[in-house]
Amino acid sequence: MTDITQALAGIVGEAYVSNHPEEAYFYARDPGLMPPHAPDYVVVPKVVEEIQEIVSLANREKIPVVPMGAGLALTGLVIPLKGGIVIDMKRMTRILKVNETGRHAIVEGGTSQGLLKSYLEKHHPRLRHSIPDSPATATIAANVMIHGQGRLTQQYGFNSDMITGLEVVLASGQVSRIGSCALSPDWFSKGAPLPDLTGLFLGWFGATGIITKIGVKLYPKKKLRDVEIFLTDRADLVPDMIYELTHTEMVEDINVFAQPKPMIFKDNHHITLFFTGDTDEELEFKRKTIWHSLDRFIRNKDGGFMGVPPVMKPTLLDMPQRSVSRFADVTKGGGFEYSGPIIMVDKYPACAQKILELAEKYDLGYSGMARIIGRSHAMMYGFAFTFNRADPDMMERTRKALHEVSVFALEAGGIFWKATVDEQRMAMEKMDPVTLGLMKMIKEQMDPNGIMNPGNWEVTEV
Amino acid sequence: MKYADMVHRCFRCGYCKFTSDYTDFNCPAYRKFRFETYSPGGRMWLIRGWLNGDIKNSERFQEILFSCATCANCVEHCVFTFSDDLVNIFIAAREELVADGLIPPPVRDYLKNIHVNGNPYKAPAAERGKWAEGTSMEAYAGQEYLFYVGCVGSYDERAVKIARAVGTLLVKAGLSIGILGEKETCDGNEVRALGEAGLFEQLAAQNIQAFRDLGVKKVITLDPHAFNAFKNDYPGLGGEFEVYHYTQVLAPLIQGGKVPLKECSLKVTYHDPCYLGRHNTEYQAPRSILKAIPGLELAEMERNGENAFCCGGGGGNFFTDILGGGEESPARLRVREALDTGAEIIAVACPQCAKMLEDAVKSEEMDDRLKVMDIAEIVNGCVI
Repeated sequence: MTDITQALAGIVGEAYVSNHPEEAYFYARDPGLMPPHAPDYVVVPKVVEEIQEIVSLANREKIPVVPMGAGLALTGLVIPLKGGIVIDMKRMTRILKVNETGRHAIVEGGTSQGLLKSYLEKHHPRLRHSIPDSPATATIAANVMIHGQGRLTQQYGFNSDMITGLEVVLASGQVSRIGSCALSPDWFSKGAPLPDLTGLFLGWFGATGIITKIGVKLYPKKKLRDVEIFLTDRADLVPDMIYELTHTEMVEDINVFAQPKPMIFKDNHHITLFFTGDTDEELEFKRKTIWHSLDRFIRNKDGGFMGVPPVMKPTLLDMPQRSVSRFADVTKGGGFEYSGPIIMVDKYPACAQKILELAEKYDLGYSGMARIIGRSHAMMYGFAFTFNRADPDMMERTRKALHEVSVFALEAGGIFWKATVDEQRMAMEKMDPVTLGLMKMIKEQMDPNGIMNPGNWEVTEV
Repeated sequence: MKYADMVHRCFRCGYCKFTSDYTDFNCPAYRKFRFETYSPGGRMWLIRGWLNGDIKNSERFQEILFSCATCANCVEHCVFTFSDDLVNIFIAAREELVADGLIPPPVRDYLKNIHVNGNPYKAPAAERGKWAEGTSMEAYAGQEYLFYVGCVGSYDERAVKIARAVGTLLVKAGLSIGILGEKETCDGNEVRALGEAGLFEQLAAQNIQAFRDLGVKKVITLDPHAFNAFKNDYPGLGGEFEVYHYTQVLAPLIQGGKVPLKECSLKVTYHDPCYLGRHNTEYQAPRSILKAIPGLELAEMERNGENAFCCGGGGGNFFTDILGGGEESPARLRVREALDTGAEIIAVACPQCAKMLEDAVKSEEMDDRLKVMDIAEIVNGCVI
């Protein structure tokens, strides 16, 4: 055992530290297309004090530390680009508190989306959180750290807008509480009316601190839930359709997907509308209101509601949708990656056109999916390509297609979501220099030794 | 390696680690070790890395492969079309290691003992039927059913009591049944799971021949592991028999009034054995027996049926102990879950589960609150 391994074993216990080639191999990779880079150590801590000690050790020895949830961002955010210690957070899964009337929960930094969903269903059936369609093992903390989106994003914004407080281990090893919990036992506000410091950690991918606890807003869970699909072959009209649908204020979530398979889906845009109600009357009222909001498009024969077959409903209503992961094996190859810029909804037609062009140019299977953020305030457009992990040529073509997406997205006025290292660099090069300077100042102050997920947001090197 | 063309298809999404409702991580090895490498997805990626020469066979790699309890939770919950083959893939990788002779010593010892002695206990074959002494169980001589007891039921002190309880009950119910005694040999389920395909085929051939020679048509097994081998693997080797786990025979006997039961005021939770449940989808027979006992309250654990959490004994771990002990061992986690139901008894239908959970109850110092009993033992205590 090396000195560092021994020191880490002294913190988390020998069983939960590894410098074995097997863990180095696995934790060097994520399921996406970024090249691997091995960690020197992997640790699986149980409590925040252990993380404090690990980070203090790393800061003292100037060793990189990379926090990892489920590692599902696909863009290499938990690949330890400069080696060091990967901190697998998934032993810290306690749900510490659910405040039913205050509608929030406090969970540990490794708590998965699936675990919170299951817990609420059993113990607080009138509450829910904004669950994303990433696999259920994805952690709540990592999701907000990348400004993820979920089932309630159309109503309440990014999942990172739905937090009520953070506990963060800083690069110094100190613990900081952000939000009302900084001075109150209650975690009801992430900032307001104080200065909102959550921005020091959200979107930074662990480059400024490690989230060890998180307060997350919960929302009313209605007894009934259903889905409708509006079908159109007019990509140019999709933004108007979204505008009308969001005007109803009755839709839980709006996703638009377009994909070539199965064949009956080809050339159409499927506006998938989820809605809820406590009674049949409420559900039907919403259904009719949603239907009528698109009357003019139906009258003009620009689209119509398709009957959602009963066999398809469970797949669509599943939370998270397991079918999203199945896309990885369309080519029997176990891989997919998407670039998901956050972009204005009026860019939908251009995005839909671009994905077709790229799929044809690089001969790739694809799925385009837009999730509406807020009341048409923006969307995440996912340019998703499936690839065969055993086919290096297909992987390279997918990389090239995704690079073209990045260039396109930036030119179209979009912002990269969970940006790869290359995209981070592109973003920083285009960014307003004063803003970049502010980021630099923050990073230098918060991580003077450059140990926090180095390689990501290397603002000091731009 | 068999399935080499499949290992790259794992996306490592992690659904395989969970229960269907995401209550908890449900892969016993992952739950114990907590590195992703010990999860089904981790194994898939490591096997690929090993096949590609990126990592080498090592003690750690062996521990990762052989700590899999073959409980099939991953098979149940993986979202991909190749899910049915997950456990087979892990076994195929073990086969490669066994072929190279680079395996953990306890695995080597287990396989050697089976090869030399026909059982893992290094016990003489002559003692195989000893468990039945003092019972009315007879040697098989053309009875309707053969009662196959297996290595654990024949030799393990705790399991012998279960074998006696089951045997006694079946005889009392009037079943025409007999045992092989010293002519019985290992069923090979764990031999196959540990990757010694050749030895498994040899054992299967031996059993099939013995059954045929005696004219056996119907087999009742004590152990779900043997049940699995006879039902799913023997037919492909020419061994076509009607195979039942004892609960599948006992349940209709009780329903038919052949085993009259008295009031038994007990609160019981039932632990599904993986090789009866997920591997063979038999969830109801054991429960129907328990529910037939007047006054017995069945309290389900949070993880049950297809979501049951393995005791950690499957895939040969009962013998090799690679999954091992400690506070986070699957068996200890399971008995804590059982205690949460308020039950006073964990009912089992597998001698391996019985032993694993009983040891865990002792380690957790729950002896005064929780008892592990086979279903047959509970029924015996309630027979009029």
